[in-house]
Amino acid sequence: MSDKTLYGYTGLFDTPDEIINAANTVADKGYTRYDVNTPYPVHGMDKAMKLRPSKLGYAALAFGLSGLLSFFVLLYWMLVIDYPLVIGGKPFFAFPAFIPVLFEVLVLSASVATVITMITVYFKFPNISHPLHDTPYMKNVSVDKYGICIEAADEKFNESEVKSFLAELGAKDIAPVYFEEVDEEIKILEPKFIGLLVLVAVIVSGGTYFSLNKLMFMIPFNWMMQQEKIIAQDNKSLFADDFAMRQPVRGTIARGTMPYKYAGNPDAAGENLKNPLLPTVGNLELGKKKYNIYCSPCHGNYGEGDSRLKGQFPNPPSLHSDKARTWTDGRIYHAITEGQNVMPAYTSQLDPEERWAVIHYVRALQRSLNAKESDLE
Amino acid sequence: MSAHENNIEYTRKDLPENFRRLGLLLAVVGLLIAVTGYFIDPVRSAFNNVMLLMFLASIGVGSLFLVALEYVAGAVWSTPFRRVSEFLAATLLILPIVAIPLFFNMHELFHWTHTEVVETDYLLKSKSSYLNTTFFIIRSIVYLVIWILFFVLITKNSKKQDESGDQILTKRNITLSAIFMPLFALTVTFSSIDWLMSLEPHWFSTIFGVYYFSGTVLAALAAATMFIIILNEKGYFVKGLNRDHYYSLGALLFAFTNFWAYIAFSQFLLIYYANLPEETFWYLARWEGTWLYYSVGLIFIRFLVPYFGLLSQPSKMNPRRLLFMSVWILFAHIYDLYWIIMPTMSKEGVSFNWFEIGYPLLAFGLIITIFNLKAKKNNLVAIRDPKLKRGLDFRL
Repeated sequence: MSDKTLYGYTGLFDTPDEIINAANTVADKGYTRYDVNTPYPVHGMDKAMKLRPSKLGYAALAFGLSGLLSFFVLLYWMLVIDYPLVIGGKPFFAFPAFIPVLFEVLVLSASVATVITMITVYFKFPNISHPLHDTPYMKNVSVDKYGICIEAADEKFNESEVKSFLAELGAKDIAPVYFEEVDEEIKILEPKFIGLLVLVAVIVSGGTYFSLNKLMFMIPFNWMMQQEKIIAQDNKSLFADDFAMRQPVRGTIARGTMPYKYAGNPDAAGENLKNPLLPTVGNLELGKKKYNIYCSPCHGNYGEGDSRLKGQFPNPPSLHSDKARTWTDGRIYHAITEGQNVMPAYTSQLDPEERWAVIHYVRALQRSLNAKESDLE
Repeated sequence: MSAHENNIEYTRKDLPENFRRLGLLLAVVGLLIAVTGYFIDPVRSAFNNVMLLMFLASIGVGSLFLVALEYVAGAVWSTPFRRVSEFLAATLLILPIVAIPLFFNMHELFHWTHTEVVETDYLLKSKSSYLNTTFFIIRSIVYLVIWILFFVLITKNSKKQDESGDQILTKRNITLSAIFMPLFALTVTFSSIDWLMSLEPHWFSTIFGVYYFSGTVLAALAAATMFIIILNEKGYFVKGLNRDHYYSLGALLFAFTNFWAYIAFSQFLLIYYANLPEETFWYLARWEGTWLYYSVGLIFIRFLVPYFGLLSQPSKMNPRRLLFMSVWILFAHIYDLYWIIMPTMSKEGVSFNWFEIGYPLLAFGLIITIFNLKAKKNNLVAIRDPKLKRGLDFRL
């Protein structure tokens, strides 16, 4: 026993009343380093042990409020400043909709942080052992006995005195508890631990793979995909001709659109169409923006036919060729509207006004390489 | 068992004389003002009477719920003062009288009684198989009969136990309470739908019954807390009631204040988010004009003040603070009911008539008087209840 240090003396009681009385007496005697272990929380113990109210609540408050505040800033930044989206016709700063999220974050951050605080501050994590572990005493108080342990670290501790004192109180099974001081380093790279990590990784990734790739196609989870609704371009025989969509009524056009008069007729388009926009700064900037988004991947940033696609798609000819320079605005408009050779039509990406703005910008690009005398003045 | 009973010293004392006088004074003055008000503005009086009815129903059926809860849950901590809730539940006995003006003013109160309007209104016509005068009266009578029946049965057993000390009576009350619980849930939900929600017959909220329930339990708890603190500080109970009991009452008040806020906010958020015109108009009526200030006041009076007032541990143990908060919560319940009821009548904004002050006075007067009458004939403590000793030993 010489290499072991005395931790304290333990005693067991049979009823909660006895342990309350014992705790009361021990506290009255002036002991401070002692603890009570019971199978369940005994009402009135705080008072008997003369414990002061726990300070853990302040940690909970601080963590909860800081979690709440930082999440509020995050929400406000995302939904109001950085990426405002209209959701359900509500204002960007829809405070009632914030409340449930903020409440949950408050509770979550407070509870998680409180548990972590408790474990680190009171239980001295990562230390996970305690001298009372694996003793007969602990086995008893985990089942049906009520125990008290007076620690040797107490100033008033005196081995024989404590022994007789516990006996006086009526404690049974009075026994000393020893512990070995070991300076064990925490080994993170232990094979067992690594094995556990691997196991967790396999289970989590396997479960994820299974639920995303297999489970969704099994009965009954695949029922989610069978929905009694009509999707556009679906042939669910909503109409007699097995189509879900209808052609527009003959002789009508949708609001805000104008049918293209020169379909399949580039020459007529070149002759008759005139650019309705003036080359103002605004129009040129709109044209530049749209050109850089939709045209420059193939035509290049300066229209020289130097695509960024690195041969994945055939390069178009330069926009600075004589042919392109002598085309009228209407002819270019036709090319954008209907496409040409491998170039597709850009009607769905660019509305008519944007097409004309792009043409202004292309003209400006052409002038930059083939400037007229008058441009230098 | 007999050894335990010997420990309890209790002699019944009459409640203080000024307590009785205060109750009578409030009741008489309140009644006079209310009756005068009826001749000044009968419609406004009818609406205020709904508020009085719902408030007294809260106290009565809520207290009966607390009593039944104690039996069903096998709780011991509340046994030493269970009688307080039993006395308060006697409010149920005068509910039929308070409800009578409701039936005579149905045309003014309930839009759905106007048959010519219902004929042309699709929504009201669809609801007319439920919302019609005959069925309404039948339902109201059913609620009152169920409540009074269970009040009589449960309190009779409890009173009998004072003499015989028979434990079988506790067992019988547990069975009765277990039967009462689901009936309570149904009757409170439907009575709140009938008497409160149908004031605005186009509007519907599926959580409304729970909303009223939260206020009901709060009011019953607050009323019980009020009487317990006043009487215990003067030594009317058996010795042994202490701060731990106070703390538990305060904690329950605090919990149900949060529960109310949770339910009230859930109701608001769903309606706010769904944005359906047939639901939002109810909140819109309370969000426009001077009602806006009243609605914002509701958040403070009903939630924030009790929340921070009862948040810390010492505040739940301090008798004076707890007494203040319980009276505050009782008034907050009246404030809440006024908020639900009155915008239907005065749509333009808050309009307060002087005689409306009579209704809260009458409500408090009636509660105190009924409590006094009950306390005269019964023990304030269930002295031979088998759980009493353990209840007195209750510690946190």
